[in-house]
Amino acid sequence: MSNIGSYEKRRENFSWDIAKEVLGWKEGEVLNIGAMCSDRICEQGKGDKKALIWQGFGGKQKTYTFNDLRVLSSGYAKFLQDLGVKPGERVCLFMDKIPELYISFLGVLKMGAVAQPLFSAFGDESLEVRLFSADTKVILTTRKHVKKVRKIQDRLPALEKIVIVEGNPNKLRDGEIFFNVEDAPVEDFEIYKSETETPSVLHYTSGTTGQPKGAQHVHGSVWGQALTTSWVLDLKDDDIYWCTADPGWVTGTSYGIIGPWSLGVTQCVLDSGFTSAAWYQFIQDNKVTVWYSAPTAIRSLMRDGEELVKQYDLSSLRHLASVGEPLNSEAVIWSEKVYGLPFLDTFWQTETGAMMITNFPGMKIKPGSMGKPFPGIEAGILDLKTNEPVTEPGTVGLIAFRPGWPSMFREYVKKPDIYRSKFVGASEDAMPPELRTDKSLWYVSGDRASFDKDGYYWFVGRDDDVINTGGHLVGPFEIESALVEHEAIAEAAAIGKPDEVNMEVVKVFVTLNPGYEPSDDLELNIMNFIRKRLSPLAMPQEIEYTEKLPKTRSGKILRRYLKALEWGEEVGDLSTLEDD
Amino acid sequence: MADEMKEMVLEYVIDEYVDEDDDLDVTFDTPLISSGIVDSFSMVSLKVFLEKKFKISLPDSEATPEAFDTVDRICSLVRKHQG
Repeated sequence: MSNIGSYEKRRENFSWDIAKEVLGWKEGEVLNIGAMCSDRICEQGKGDKKALIWQGFGGKQKTYTFNDLRVLSSGYAKFLQDLGVKPGERVCLFMDKIPELYISFLGVLKMGAVAQPLFSAFGDESLEVRLFSADTKVILTTRKHVKKVRKIQDRLPALEKIVIVEGNPNKLRDGEIFFNVEDAPVEDFEIYKSETETPSVLHYTSGTTGQPKGAQHVHGSVWGQALTTSWVLDLKDDDIYWCTADPGWVTGTSYGIIGPWSLGVTQCVLDSGFTSAAWYQFIQDNKVTVWYSAPTAIRSLMRDGEELVKQYDLSSLRHLASVGEPLNSEAVIWSEKVYGLPFLDTFWQTETGAMMITNFPGMKIKPGSMGKPFPGIEAGILDLKTNEPVTEPGTVGLIAFRPGWPSMFREYVKKPDIYRSKFVGASEDAMPPELRTDKSLWYVSGDRASFDKDGYYWFVGRDDDVINTGGHLVGPFEIESALVEHEAIAEAAAIGKPDEVNMEVVKVFVTLNPGYEPSDDLELNIMNFIRKRLSPLAMPQEIEYTEKLPKTRSGKILRRYLKALEWGEEVGDLSTLEDD
Repeated sequence: MADEMKEMVLEYVIDEYVDEDDDLDVTFDTPLISSGIVDSFSMVSLKVFLEKKFKISLPDSEATPEAFDTVDRICSLVRKHQG
């Protein structure tokens, strides 16, 4: 029997308070995600239960119980408090998927600060933009990654401390501190009394224009994350759960930390890159029962074939789910054939904080479909021209949701106008607190889809120029801004081009400055320039040199024209195109 | 020629993926991907380097983390595709 039982009955009798029942929550308890994932689980008598089974490069392994999480996260909390960090201030976590990342995340929340995890493969420029935007006060990082912080620290006036939590403790520079939490566990720490609207986690996400935006979440998000974890991922007390996402992105915190640990479930983490064989070995060794992964990984596993699967005992698996980009029907059918279980697609985004439209255990699966709205979520498809909800099945429009679900983002940091622009029907002066509670509005996701006569949603594509590569959103503006800093490049346009494994990869069109000619060396130089400044995800995998970029008469580069040509689609209305 | 290739690939790996203050001694058989020196995302740029430098085309199915894990293995793969 699945946790959700009947989807239809759950929709009929829904209340977010059910999350409190699932968690065994009692009024008067402190609503603090850090404590709910550690101290509270220990209070339930599960202190000795395994919380984290971690494996790193070279087969290195570590295991932590919930009691370990409790005392070590308190160690981080006390350390940050002693360092002078105040509740509400932002603490960046910039490291690989090592245990310190997961445990310090809880520690930051336990002392009332805001956790700002950033993807460790980010280059120095990507890091700088996000730290500057957030006025980040302290960064926790590792010996391996501190070099990138050192390059930019002089341009970050709010950054007061750089803390190295792993690696060689020697050769520290001014303003740097080494802290090994294993030497400083804390038994009794007074948990910060956060409430529903207290800021908790800050994740950055990319848009079409401008630099990345910081989506601020709150401690009350846990109701949404816990209930979706229970009903969609179907986690039970004796499960061994593996979420392959990196906590530098929202899946890695909502479902790689908060969801499973608030429910007291054991989870595994593999921090040694991707190979199909290593992943299967990891599932076999740890007897993983529930596996939450991404289409890019699933397609890579498909590429490595069925014969490899047969070399491993994967019989422990009982439930599979996927997130990050649309899961193609072939992948669903293949997984059912090879693993005996279909991967169930889930749709949500950084801003929603938790799953919104998903396939549920026990529900009839239509391969290639996003599934149905989570109970308690009012979803709709808005007409592309009028923004009115469409009623006819099969009509493509914008995926939208009525505001008010618990895990919804509360603001874009310092960008109220952009936040407002996400709500159809909002008045010009509406501010975030009204916007996120006004159920007459629609929050627009930025994706297009349709629904069928049975109420299943079908993804069509992005409604903007954001590039989805391997489930990660990359903003074209960020890439273009970095490209024109390269000495050879005069102008640039970045688009997503189709890719069999990653759905899209970055392709750029560039015009060169006088004195530069296209060459293999230049191409490689530009690729590595972006890889190091932004991230390997943002690195163009194809560079096309051109004499001129298509622009509107007002001088704006027409990415949609380039993208349409690349995808072999209609280029649409070109009346605004600049004349030759 | 084989040694020249290995030297060339090693030099590229050190230049692009290893920082001066890393104190790492990278040799022909040092694990690159499985040790975290080269992250799996960055393999793509290494593949592009090999294709352009040695005028070959490496199919995605063969450009695996295992095949890219040491300079020795990378060069074996390149030689296979040089014909």
